[in-house]
Amino acid sequence: MPDFPLVTAAAIAVIVLAVAVVVGVGLKVIRSFRELGTDAERATYQTLHAASRAGQHLRTGLHAAGAAKASKQLRSLLGCDALAITDTESVLAWDGAAEELKAVLMELASGVLSDGRTVVVPASHALNAVVAPIRAGNRVVGAVAAFAPQTGAGLVRATSELADWVAVQVELAELDASRTLLMEAEVRALRAQISPHFIYNSLNAIASFINTDPARARELVVEFADFTRYSFRRHGDFTTLAEELRSIDRYLLLEKARFGERVQVSLRIAPEVLSTVIPFLSLQPLVENAVRHGLEAKEGPGHITICANDSGAFAEVTIEDDGVGIDPEHLRSVLAGHADGDHVGLRNVDARLRQVYGDEHGLVIETAPGEGTLITIRVPKSQPSHDA
Amino acid sequence: MNPAVGLAAFLGVALATAAIGFYGLRISRTTGDFYVASRTVRPWWNASAIGGEYLSAASFLGVAGLILLTGTDALWFPVGYTAGYLMLLLFVAAPLRRSGAYTIPDFTEARLESKAVRRVTSLVVVAVGWLYIVPQLQGAGLTIRISTGLPSWVGSIAVVAVVCVTVVAGGMRSITFVQAFQYWLKLTALAVPAVFLLLNQAGGGSPVLAEASSNPTGLPAAGLYQTVSLLVALLFGTLGLPHVLVRFYTNPDGQSARRTTLIVLGLLSVFYLFPTASGLLGRVFAPGLARSGRPDALVLLLPGKLLGGVPGDLLSALVVAGAFAAFLSTTSGLVVSLAGVISQDHLGGSVRGFRVAALLAAAVPLAFAFTTDSMALAGSVGLVFAFTASTICPVLVLGIWWRGLSDAGAIAGMLTGAVLCGGALVSSTIIGSAAPGWIAQPAAWTVPAAFAVMVLVSRATKHRVPGTVTRLMTRLHVPERPVATERQLR
Repeated sequence: MPDFPLVTAAAIAVIVLAVAVVVGVGLKVIRSFRELGTDAERATYQTLHAASRAGQHLRTGLHAAGAAKASKQLRSLLGCDALAITDTESVLAWDGAAEELKAVLMELASGVLSDGRTVVVPASHALNAVVAPIRAGNRVVGAVAAFAPQTGAGLVRATSELADWVAVQVELAELDASRTLLMEAEVRALRAQISPHFIYNSLNAIASFINTDPARARELVVEFADFTRYSFRRHGDFTTLAEELRSIDRYLLLEKARFGERVQVSLRIAPEVLSTVIPFLSLQPLVENAVRHGLEAKEGPGHITICANDSGAFAEVTIEDDGVGIDPEHLRSVLAGHADGDHVGLRNVDARLRQVYGDEHGLVIETAPGEGTLITIRVPKSQPSHDA
Repeated sequence: MNPAVGLAAFLGVALATAAIGFYGLRISRTTGDFYVASRTVRPWWNASAIGGEYLSAASFLGVAGLILLTGTDALWFPVGYTAGYLMLLLFVAAPLRRSGAYTIPDFTEARLESKAVRRVTSLVVVAVGWLYIVPQLQGAGLTIRISTGLPSWVGSIAVVAVVCVTVVAGGMRSITFVQAFQYWLKLTALAVPAVFLLLNQAGGGSPVLAEASSNPTGLPAAGLYQTVSLLVALLFGTLGLPHVLVRFYTNPDGQSARRTTLIVLGLLSVFYLFPTASGLLGRVFAPGLARSGRPDALVLLLPGKLLGGVPGDLLSALVVAGAFAAFLSTTSGLVVSLAGVISQDHLGGSVRGFRVAALLAAAVPLAFAFTTDSMALAGSVGLVFAFTASTICPVLVLGIWWRGLSDAGAIAGMLTGAVLCGGALVSSTIIGSAAPGWIAQPAAWTVPAAFAVMVLVSRATKHRVPGTVTRLMTRLHVPERPVATERQLR
């Protein structure tokens, strides 16, 4: 074979490489073991590790699924024969031996749950139980029970400390829940905010047509009714791009009644994204901002361009005006919530988008004084959990 | 054939595709036209777009070639390709549209609440997409070789380049109109030559059609098992094609998704008349092609062979244009949906990630197309359908229609289908034409196996059925809330 030496060389090279890799990885693993530190350090690590794992499981509050997983970790901390977690009604989790005692545990814990004091009681002929209350705020929300043949002062202290630790986790979970509620309430509050000026101006504009052009006045009143019907609707936090655009159309029709030919609008909408789900009233405030702050303050006609494009897994909507623009520093402080006033509508939409889709989906605003404003929104097309 | 004609046809289609893609919706509209703009795509348009995306190289070149080779047995291909839409209409179209999930991995994740299911599904979807692009590129190679005399790789690279440039540059903004245009181009490109040649030959008093029943290759007819298995693959495979499902989101609701599917059925039925006619013409007038080993080129060569001269060249140019429309539309549809899946799961879903993913989605099948030997187009696409039918179809059908599906069941079923069907396909490629029927056409047993495993494992892991199943099922099957009534002022 003419190329035999070549093959041999290649084979040797491969083997050498493989050995080097194995030795390298092996050394690294051995070193990482050696670097784990003294016994005390390792014990600290293990305790904290178990506590943090258990904490994750309790993050959603006292529920059977989370408590079952957490009780495994917690039992290893106490080193007792069995560990149980209860709420005020029933046993949520049991880990370890003597599961037949589950039936009597609520009876043993009833005193603890009512007066909130740690007790040591004989649970069966072989096992004693330490039952400690879980106190969140000033309520007792459950109990931790540790079972062992001998229950010394050490176990009692450790158990009540553990119950306190669980209580902290439960409080954290409640905090999480109330933060979510707060955010939801904020979204509700942020939701439909049609400016009173708009209503006043629209009605005035319509009034001016009643004598001169009754047909148009009638049409405008109907548009106004449809617009308010959509904007004041109560159900659902989401809508489709198509419906939102329809409402923007009505809005612009009313603004045009007031501004006449000063407002010019062009649209470029890709039909593929019309059924994309977006937060309710998330575009209308941006268009209103373009009219209010972009064009109203400007001499002569102003142009607004609304585009919606398909962009891979996302739908991209841009709203552009050639108005007076916004000072970026001022805009930044408005979006950060530091300044009130003119562009609150933008902050509102930005906050909702960030809350629903995450921080990378906030408004992207390109603007400078006198240069107009370009606002871009990117939302995922796929939102199975949101009903339009 | 005159090489310049082929090149001109290819360039014309590529330019038209890019132009519609980039400028189709650039026409500015004023508020007066707002309702026109905000109205969703009409079912007719959308149905044409689905037809355009669906009719691939296999339908355009492959079906006629197979009819030339095997006669009536090959008629099952157009029957299966079309009837697959009936399955889609009955089982999947409306519920999937209502689900709000945009890709199949999105749907499985939402239905089963499991990231693991999502990962497995996206792997399968990407595999299916890649496998499906390969025959398109091979068809492009064949077409460019026949029509211009250039080497095959030029055709494959040209198609990939055009698709990548348009997708990466954002030229798929008006993809619906591009695809709809491609459908009508494909239909014209097959119908005009077929009708023309038929009239021409009928006027010439040439051989009677009865000769079409002659068998130019002497191949044995397919058995009952092969036919059934092929039909199972085509019927169920259509349910899971990633690029077809995405089109349904252009419909505003489930109802119009159904109507669209109904129109697609009609459009496909009309289309398939013409490859069939071309295949018959080939059998009567050009049986030599069957023995030359390139039956897929039949549609391309027929006008030149029967007419010759300038009319022959013109008709050939039309056919070449249609063929490239087929490669471009199917490939771009697949690349877009694969890029969506890849970028979302692995590249963070950014715009840049989507572009990288699009390049990746096109480059891998290109490498495959170079390294593998092309087989009959309709046949190899049929195998992709078999794979889809054994993997994605069960998870979609059970996910939509059975509350009991669990994540473990879905994964087990998909893996079973993938391993069985993939194994059969690989071993049949290794064994070659001597492979027994049940390995060459595995769908008849791999599809039931995948369904069975999915059901059994789900039964065994009942506790893993997500708690949100009732809510999701309601959403899938209850018609949408009617849109607030429109006033009839305009």
